[in-house]
Order: sequence, then C-alpha cells, then structure tokens
Amino acid sequence: MGEPVLRIKGLCKSFGSLLVNDDVTLDVMPGEMLAVIGPNGAGKTTLINQISGLLPPDAGTIMFDGADVTALPPQARALRGLARSFQITSILPGFSVLENVALAVQARSGSSLRFFGRADREARLNPPALAALEQAGIADRAHLPAGELSHGEKRALELAIALAMQPALLLLDEPMAGIGREETERQIELLLRLKGKLTMVLVEHDMSAVFALADRISVLIRGRVLRTGLPADVRADPQVVTAYLGEQME
Amino acid sequence: MMTGAAAIAAGGAGSARQPRNAALPAVIFAIFALMPAFAALTAQHYLVDTGTRIIVYAVAAVALDLLVGYGGLISFGQAAFIGLGAYAVGILSAAGIGDALVSLPVAIAVSMAFAWITGVVCIRTKGVYFIMITLAFGQMVYFLATSLAPYGGDNGLTIDARNTIAGWPVLKNDTAFYYFAFLCLLATYLLCRALIASRFGRVLRGTKENATRMAAIGFTVQRFQLIAYVIAGGIGGVSGFLLANSTEFVAPAYMAWQQSGELIVMVILGGVGTLDGAIVGSAVYLLAEEWLSGLTENWQVIFGPFLVLVVLFARGGLIGFCARLRLRHG
Repeated sequence: MGEPVLRIKGLCKSFGSLLVNDDVTLDVMPGEMLAVIGPNGAGKTTLINQISGLLPPDAGTIMFDGADVTALPPQARALRGLARSFQITSILPGFSVLENVALAVQARSGSSLRFFGRADREARLNPPALAALEQAGIADRAHLPAGELSHGEKRALELAIALAMQPALLLLDEPMAGIGREETERQIELLLRLKGKLTMVLVEHDMSAVFALADRISVLIRGRVLRTGLPADVRADPQVVTAYLGEQME
Repeated sequence: MMTGAAAIAAGGAGSARQPRNAALPAVIFAIFALMPAFAALTAQHYLVDTGTRIIVYAVAAVALDLLVGYGGLISFGQAAFIGLGAYAVGILSAAGIGDALVSLPVAIAVSMAFAWITGVVCIRTKGVYFIMITLAFGQMVYFLATSLAPYGGDNGLTIDARNTIAGWPVLKNDTAFYYFAFLCLLATYLLCRALIASRFGRVLRGTKENATRMAAIGFTVQRFQLIAYVIAGGIGGVSGFLLANSTEFVAPAYMAWQQSGELIVMVILGGVGTLDGAIVGSAVYLLAEEWLSGLTENWQVIFGPFLVLVVLFARGGLIGFCARLRLRHG
C-alpha cells in the first residue's frame, strides 16, 4: 500500500478549558475509506477542520502526501489535493450548479488572475465540471441556481465540487446529515462507486452508511481515539459498544 | 440589507434568478450621448454642467459597486481616491504640468498605490471593521489634504486651466469636456463588465457568496479582494481627475467622509450589484439634490425619507423596482 496519504500525529485542540481533540493519531492509506465515528461532541468536525486547515491545532502534526501541512492555510492544502465537504452545506447559492463546479476546475486549471474573456464560456472549464456533475448524478440540474436545489442535491453538489478538484484525499463531514432515506441510499451508492478510486475520510452518524462504506473505522470518544480497526472488529469491541455503538444499534 | 444585496448581486452576476436587462445600459448611454444636443436645442446650457457632474460621480460609483455589489466589500473610503486623483491634477498643475497625458496616469497611479498600501490592511478585516478602517484611511487623507499649506490647506487650490491633451486645449470647451468624461464612464463601465464576467470576476463574486467555500477549493480570497480594491481605487482616481478638471478647483471636501457616504447612497439607490444602478443612482441623487436644494436649503429632509422608502420597498434599488414593475405588467 505504500506511504499513508494522511498521517496525523498527536493532534490536540482545546477551546478554552474544553479539550476537544486529545492526542489524536491516525493514518489514512492510499485508496482506503476511513470512517471516523463517535457521539456528538466527540470532536469529529474539529478534527476535520484541523485537517482541512480551518482550525490551527494546539499541538501535533498533519502530514499530507509526504509533506508537513500543519501550518498551511486551507487554500494551500486544497491546491495540494485536499478536498472537503461541509457538515452544513457550503455552496455558492447564487451561482449556477455548473459554475459552482467550474470554479473548482478553474482553481487548478491555469491562473485566475485573468481579467478579460468570459469565464462561463471557457471550453476547458465546463466539460470537466459537467463530468463531475454527471458522476454525482445531478448533471440535469447544471443550469439551475444552486440555491434552488433540494437538500440532498446540494449534498451531491458538494461532492461534485470535491470531485472536480481531483483530490488526493476527500474529507466528508456527515454527507448524509439531514437528507431523506432515499437520498441517503443514492449518496451511499455514489460513494461506493468512488470507493477504491479515491482516498476518503468519512465522518458520519448513519451507521448503515458507515458499515456499508468503511474499510476501517476509528472511534472517537471525548476527543480521544478509543479504537481503530476493521469494521467487524470495531463492532465486536465491548468498549466501543458501551461507549457509543450500543445506543446506535438499538 | 446585506442579504438583499447578496441576492441582487447574484442576479446581476448572471444567474437565472434575475435576468439582466440588456437594453438598459444602451438606453443609459444613449441618453448621456444625446444630452448636450438636447441642452443646445432647448438652450439649457446648465444641463451640460449637471451631466458632467453626474458622469464624474458615476465613474466613482461604478467602481464602488464593483467592490460592494460583486466583492461584498463595503468601502467607506471611495472618496479618498477621488481626492487623490484631484490633488494629483492640482499639484501637477501648480508645478506647471498641465497635460492629461501626464496627470491622468499619475492620478490613477497615486490612487492605486494608496489603495494597495491601505488595502493590504483593510482586506484583513471583515464587515463593520472593513467599513470603519476604510473610513479611517479616507479621513487620514482628508486631514493630510487640509494640512497641505502650500496647496491651499483647508481652502483648497484653484487650477489655472483645464488639462490639455498632448498640448491640445480641447477640454476648455465644456461640451468637449462632457464627451471626454462620457468616454471615461463608458470605458469604466465596459472594463467593470468585462472584469465581472472574467475568471477574476467569477472568483471575486464567489468570495462574496461564500468565502469559506472559495478557500476550500483553493482560492486565496484576500488576494482577489485586494486586486479589486486597487482597481476600484484606480478608477476613483480617474473620477478625481475629471472632477478637478471640470471645476478647475481642488479641495479637501472632495474626500470628506460624507462624500464617500453619498457614493454608497448612489449605489444603493440605483441598485447594488448591477453597475447600471450606480449610474442611475448618481443621476437621480444629483438631480434630486439640484432640484430639491432649489426648493429648500434643507433638501436632505425630503431626500432622506425618500431614500428610506427605496431601501424598504424597492429591493434592488430603482433598477430592481423597475424590473419588478415590468414583470408585473407583462
């Protein structure tokens, strides 16, 4: 499998006196999907925010693709191939669906310091964007304003934006949060198709999704990694069951 | 106001939400182009002066709309750039350099340099802090100008003659000057239109909609905001160049914070995030000022409530209001 794509070592983060991430150490191998699960307030989103660069860690290092990115701002990590979706959908509501994705293509296709020529007609931006929308299954919505999409479609759009970045690592922060059963099924199907082609970190509360998708699972409890292992082992771990899975499986 | 402005900017940005009226700019510029002829036919020469004033402020207002309506950067210091451009003309003229081929580039360069230096600081702040810091830098230049004793200090400075163009004193003629200003406004408008549709403009518009998302896909948001600020500053310098030449006078009052406030009022009045609105807003504001101040010295007592009504009931300013009227009546 070679070197890990993402290597997190001893990551700590506190907000005031509240220790949200406590000595988190994780490796993500190329092509695998690692799920991070845990109860609310376990520090999952805080972890994702530190990996993507929105929050600076108090201690620890983040190695991405063999380089230390701990001090890099989010946009520099993005350009190195680190893409993410947000727990609360983050799109450009006034832009068309296609332009949302075309911007992600534009970010890594030539300079954006071009002041003339219409960007929305550029042949090198729209076809890749459309391809990403097709992958995400919302190509028929390409010319709608993104703000008018249903919640599930917005989730799919976030995924299309991430795909258009051709990421080396994709961070998915609760991609099933707040969407219906049917749309969840579609989202799982979509992620299953991407599995193996992309390296992904999935934070999710929906255990059917987690066990359908994950190659390995890390359980985060009160900011600490309680256990990392294969889905079957994690499910059978009595400690994990008491701390988290028990209530989820009822 | 902000959400309204965001929605309007999105519409102006070419989304399906609010299709732009393609005929409107043609109508606006046609009216401006025919104005001197109309003034001559009806023997109302003052109309040319009024039209020049409208155009001069419209140049600065269009640039401000680029920041406010497309970049989400509510700058309260746009008048500082008008002042810098005007003082560039005044000081050069005092030194015996009265040609536009020198003073116009200098006016633009000085304004852009000031925008760059202060912008680096301003762009680091957001929201109300951005408003306050641009206001503070604007006031800084204002007080600097009042202390320029060799150039009139508080009283300002008279310019001997309008700039020549390569030695040709064509701008002495008011109508010729009007058309020169008209061309500057047309160029400003076309430049801003092109910018908005370009790669750069698309990123700028994106930063207004959702800066976190833009950073997450790899854009250094502040770089694009700073460039927009510098461009708007440069255009403000052009406006200042025109103002100094049209009045043949330069004073610190050009860059008082009230002046910046008036420019914001013009942009909001016409419709934020449309460019067309900035021009319409300048025209309506300055015409209302001229007309109402003839009725009463305290014309703002009448204009104030009118502005409140526009903000409350005509979302999208006068342009948005007219667009909705048109929709309603087929």
